[in-house]
Amino acid sequence: MAPPEVYYNEEEAKKYSQNSRIIEIQTQMSERAVELLSLPEDQACYLLDVGCGSGLSGDHLSEVGHFWVGVDISTAMLDVALRREVEGDLVLSDMGQGMPFRPGTFDGCVSISALQWLCNADKKTHSPPKRLYRFFSSLYSTLARGARAVFQIYPENSEQLELITAQAMKAGFTGGLVVDYPNSSKAKKFFLCLFAGVSGVLPKGLESEATDRSVSSQAQFTAQRSRFKNMKGKSVKKSKDWIVEKKERRRRQGKGVRADTKYTGRHRRPHF
Amino acid sequence: MKLLTHNMLTSHVKGVVKGYPLVIKATEVKVNELEFNAQFVSRMIPKLEWSALIQAAEWLGQSQDLPSTLIPNYEKDEDFLRKVHRILLEVEVIEGCLQCPESGREFPISKGVPNMLLDEGE
Repeated sequence: MAPPEVYYNEEEAKKYSQNSRIIEIQTQMSERAVELLSLPEDQACYLLDVGCGSGLSGDHLSEVGHFWVGVDISTAMLDVALRREVEGDLVLSDMGQGMPFRPGTFDGCVSISALQWLCNADKKTHSPPKRLYRFFSSLYSTLARGARAVFQIYPENSEQLELITAQAMKAGFTGGLVVDYPNSSKAKKFFLCLFAGVSGVLPKGLESEATDRSVSSQAQFTAQRSRFKNMKGKSVKKSKDWIVEKKERRRRQGKGVRADTKYTGRHRRPHF
Repeated sequence: MKLLTHNMLTSHVKGVVKGYPLVIKATEVKVNELEFNAQFVSRMIPKLEWSALIQAAEWLGQSQDLPSTLIPNYEKDEDFLRKVHRILLEVEVIEGCLQCPESGREFPISKGVPNMLLDEGE
């Protein structure tokens, strides 16, 4: 497998602006990552997006009202982000070389499908543990006290996971892995949640409704998700609030709309 | 590259002690309009290196009438917050470079994106 700056060439980068399936998945994962950040409500924050690529996750950050800086190693991907006119500032940089920002800068950090790239030794001089450590220690420093970093990752195996978490802990982070839909091979998602400076309570992973009955706390977390409004006073797109509002709007326009029931805007398994 | 980002950027080359603030050498600067968020600007001000911001504004010919030191009670002064909003978020360096004050090493800026990639050994 080629290193990320080679793999994400112009052709691959194009997919990220045109393939609706990729866009949908990346957006969903960004929403979940922001949820896991547990930022103070109704406050525009200053966030770091590591491996921001074409800006799909950044767009969600802007949608919700935050300001962000994105770093990525691929010029082709950043070019797509520029064409898409993302609101965040972009920086061309290799995460394994450390984050080039002053201490205490960011209120939080998200990273979607990027961290596993650090585990490959692309050059003879690369030592994955060293690069991971340089990344995590500089990230720890550049986060404000009490800030979180949430990484959506696709770990190849448990060794890779251990390598990542070991370097994160060495750098001073606490936290752990949140697994959503652990029983579905298709829907399963991993989010590494790290806390800088304060020990936090690790959020619960999402469960498929069909399999888990004892779920009062799980359901609570899910309900919280759809109630989240963004800073512009609008409901987050596709959330239950947004769906209910849209149906109302269409009723006012005199269009035929199904009645609201307890199933309206209910969270469905991703295969829908 | 907005000046808010510039205020946070530092050289991360190994061994460099004083890699901040990076000197801006701009050949193309753009001014955009962005929705004013007083709360955000107010919250960011304590995080800023104020003197570095003033200096950056001067390099770009955009100092307008920003005070050289922070005024007390700035949270209530909307005029002041709007000036800070403009300089932090509306002024963008499109082409140019950033220079490390200690080593002189240059980081080019192209299409508004600073290139912070380091060479082997840095």
